[in-house]
Amino acid sequence: MPPKATLAGVHFMNGDEAIAEGAIAAGCRFFAAYPITPQSEIAERLAWRLPQVGGAFIQMEDEIAAMAAVVGGAWGGQKAMTATSGPGFSLMMENLGLAIMTETPCVVANVQRAAPSTGLPTAVGQGDMMQARWGSHGHYEIIALVPSSPQEAFDLTVKACALSERFRVPVLIMTDEVVGHMYERVEIPAEVPVAPRRRPNVPPSEFLPFKPDADLVPPMACAGEGYRVHVTGLTHDERGYPDMSDVAHDRLVRRLAEKILRYRSEMTFYEEIGLQDAEIAVVSYGISARVAYGALAQARRKGIRAGMLRLITAWPFPDERVRLLAQKVKGIVVVELNLGQMSREVERATQGRVPLSGVFHSGGRIHTPEEVLAGIEEVARCR
Amino acid sequence: MTREAKRWKVPKGHVYVLDDICKGCGFCIEYCPRKVLIRAERFNAKGYHPPEVVDANACVMCGFCELVCPDFAIWTEKEEGKDAA
Amino acid sequence: MQVKTKPVPEIVPGAKHPMEKYLRTDRIPHIWCSGCGLGIVLGNFLYALDELGWDPDSVAVVAGIGCTARIPGYLRLDTYHTTHGRPIPVATGLKLANPKLHVVVISGDGDLFAIGGNHLIHAARRNLDMTVVCVNNFNYGMTGGQGGPTTPLEGRTTTTPFGNFEHAFNLVHLAASAGASYVARWTTLDGRRLQKGLMDALSHKGFTFVEVISPCPTNYGRRNKIGEGLDELRYYADHSVIHHGANPQEAEIIPGKPFLVGTFVDVDKPTYHEMYAAKVAEMGGKK
Repeated sequence: MPPKATLAGVHFMNGDEAIAEGAIAAGCRFFAAYPITPQSEIAERLAWRLPQVGGAFIQMEDEIAAMAAVVGGAWGGQKAMTATSGPGFSLMMENLGLAIMTETPCVVANVQRAAPSTGLPTAVGQGDMMQARWGSHGHYEIIALVPSSPQEAFDLTVKACALSERFRVPVLIMTDEVVGHMYERVEIPAEVPVAPRRRPNVPPSEFLPFKPDADLVPPMACAGEGYRVHVTGLTHDERGYPDMSDVAHDRLVRRLAEKILRYRSEMTFYEEIGLQDAEIAVVSYGISARVAYGALAQARRKGIRAGMLRLITAWPFPDERVRLLAQKVKGIVVVELNLGQMSREVERATQGRVPLSGVFHSGGRIHTPEEVLAGIEEVARCR
Repeated sequence: MTREAKRWKVPKGHVYVLDDICKGCGFCIEYCPRKVLIRAERFNAKGYHPPEVVDANACVMCGFCELVCPDFAIWTEKEEGKDAA
Repeated sequence: MQVKTKPVPEIVPGAKHPMEKYLRTDRIPHIWCSGCGLGIVLGNFLYALDELGWDPDSVAVVAGIGCTARIPGYLRLDTYHTTHGRPIPVATGLKLANPKLHVVVISGDGDLFAIGGNHLIHAARRNLDMTVVCVNNFNYGMTGGQGGPTTPLEGRTTTTPFGNFEHAFNLVHLAASAGASYVARWTTLDGRRLQKGLMDALSHKGFTFVEVISPCPTNYGRRNKIGEGLDELRYYADHSVIHHGANPQEAEIIPGKPFLVGTFVDVDKPTYHEMYAAKVAEMGGKK
C-alpha cells in the first residue's frame, strides 16, 4: 500500500510531529532545515515522511541556507517550509526579509526556547514574539500563529500554509518547547484542503509579475513555467525590475503592509473563555494560556469572575478585540514566558483604560497556575 | 535596446555597431585579429569613442569582437551562402 | 598602419543583436563601467546557452548581491536576485523543488567565497546538479572597492590601504577540494574558450564551477596601477597559461606571475538527485 500523504485518524503525537504532519497534509512538499533543539523532531519526521510522498527534504548547512532554500523551493513551485528555534530564527531573519520583499509564500515554525543566545536550549520560552514581529530589517507586516496544543499545532500549520498562499507572505508558527514536546491526542481529518497558489491568468507576454490584483496580492509565476520573471530583493516595479526611487519604494512597502492589514480579520484568530461575565481577563497564548485555564477555575472558586482571551494570532495583533475587551472588564492580566512582549501590544490597544498586570517569567519552565492566580488577584484588588 | 545600427559591408557579411550603447572600452579594436576596427574620433551620446570599420576587406568574420564586447554593441552577420572563416 | 579611405556605413533601423532574444532589452545599456568584464561574461553565457539549444524556459539563473549579481536582471529568463552570499541555497531550493530546471548561479567572488563560502562548499559536497559561475575581480566592486578573500597579497583596496596582508583563496582549488565534479577557470579575454568552458560546465551533470577572471578598472585596476580594462586584458594575455588537467593547488594567482587557466577537474560522480532517487527506490513503499 502506498504511503498516505494525510494520515487520517486519531494519533498520539507531540506538537513537533503534528506540525510536520500538518505540513504534509496541507500540501507542503519542500522542507529545508538545520538541526536545533527543540525543533529537531519536525525535521526528523519530515526526513522520514517527505520522501514517501514525493517531496524534498534537505538538511542545509545552517539556518541562513535553510531559509534561503525555502525561498528557492517556493519559487520552484512547491509549498515550502522550514522549522527552527531561537538561534536559528535569528539566522533566518535575513532571508525572511527576502521572502517578504519577493512575496514568497512559505511557512516558518519557531519552537521557542529560553533565550537570549544559547540560553536554555532544552527548556521552554516565549521570548521571540517581538522578533517574530520586527526581526528582519525594514518595515513590514507578517502573520504569526501560536498553537497551545499538538492538535492546534497541526491545525495551524494547515492554516499557515493556506494563509501564506492567499497573501504571498511568510507565515510564522510561534510554538514553544513544551507544546513541541507535549504528547496528546491529534486527530487528522480525512480531507485536508490544499490551498492553491495564485496563478497568472494572462499569457507571459502580458504578465506583470508584481502587479497586484484588486486585493493587493499579485499572482505568482514560478520558475520553468514560461513567464520568465525577474525576482529581486531590491525595490522593484510591477515588472519586477529594480526601481531606485523613493516613490517606488514607498508604494511597494505600503502595499506589502496593506495587503495584510486590509484583511486582518481573515487571519485574526482567538479563543474566548468565560469572557461573557468576566471582570478580570487574562490575555495569553501558547503554553502559557494552557496554564492559565487552571488559574481561571481557581479564581472563580475564590469569587473572582475571570475569563481569558487566548491569542491564536499574535501578528497582526488583534487590536480591535483587545480594545473592546478593555471596555468590558475591570482589569487585564497578561501571562507570557518573557518579561513583557505581547503585554506591550495589550497596553497599546487598551490605551490605559484598565489596570494591567503582567505575569512574566524568563522561561526555563512554564508558569504555575498559582502564579497566574496571584496575578489575577492582584489586578482584582486594583478595581 | 533596438535602435539604429551602423552597418559596414565586409567580404563575407556585415559588421554592425550600436554606437550609443558602446562604452568605448576598446576591447574589440585591440583584439580584432585583422585590425578591421579603429576608435572613432567622434563621441557617442554618452561621451565615449565607439569603434568604426577602417579596413572592411580584412574582416574574416571570426566573431571575436562580438564575444569580447561587454555591451552588446558590436556583432557580425554573415551573408547567406558565404561561409564564415 | 596606413589608414585607407574609411568605408561608409549604412544606417539600419531596428537592427537586432543576435543575443537580444535572451535579454531584457528595456534594461540595456547595463550599469557596468566602461572596461568592466561583466558584460563579457553575460554575453559569453548567452552564446553558450544559445549553442546548447536549451529551452530558455527551462533555465533559472540565481545571483546574490554585487556587480556580478546584476547579471540575471538583464536575462529574459526566470531570474532571481537574492541576498548577499545566498544564491546557492536559493538555487538549491529551486533545483530540489523542480529537478527539471537547469539551475545556474552567477555571482561574484565576495558573494560566493566570503559571505557565501559555506554554501558553496556544501553544494559542491552534495554534488547538486547546478552550475556556479564565479566572476573574480579581486575586490568588492559595488561597495566601492574593498578587499576580499581573493585580493592578492599587497593588493591595494579601500580596506587594505597599505597593501593586503591576508592570504587569498585559490577558488578553483577550493571548489575542487569541496567535491565539484567540473572545475575550470578562464578570463574574459578567452572568447570561444570561455564560451566552450561554460557550455561544458552547463552540460556536465553534478556541481560544476567556472571561475572567470574579470577586470574591474574603476576600483581594482585604478588602485593597483593596472590601468584601464584593456590593460587588464593585456595582463591576462601576457600571464595566463592554458594547462588542462593541472593540479588546482598550483592555480594560485600571484600578481606579476603566470597563472593557470583551463579545465582542472572533469569527473563523473553520482549527483545529489541520483543518490536521492536511488535511496527512495531502495526504500520502496516501506515506512
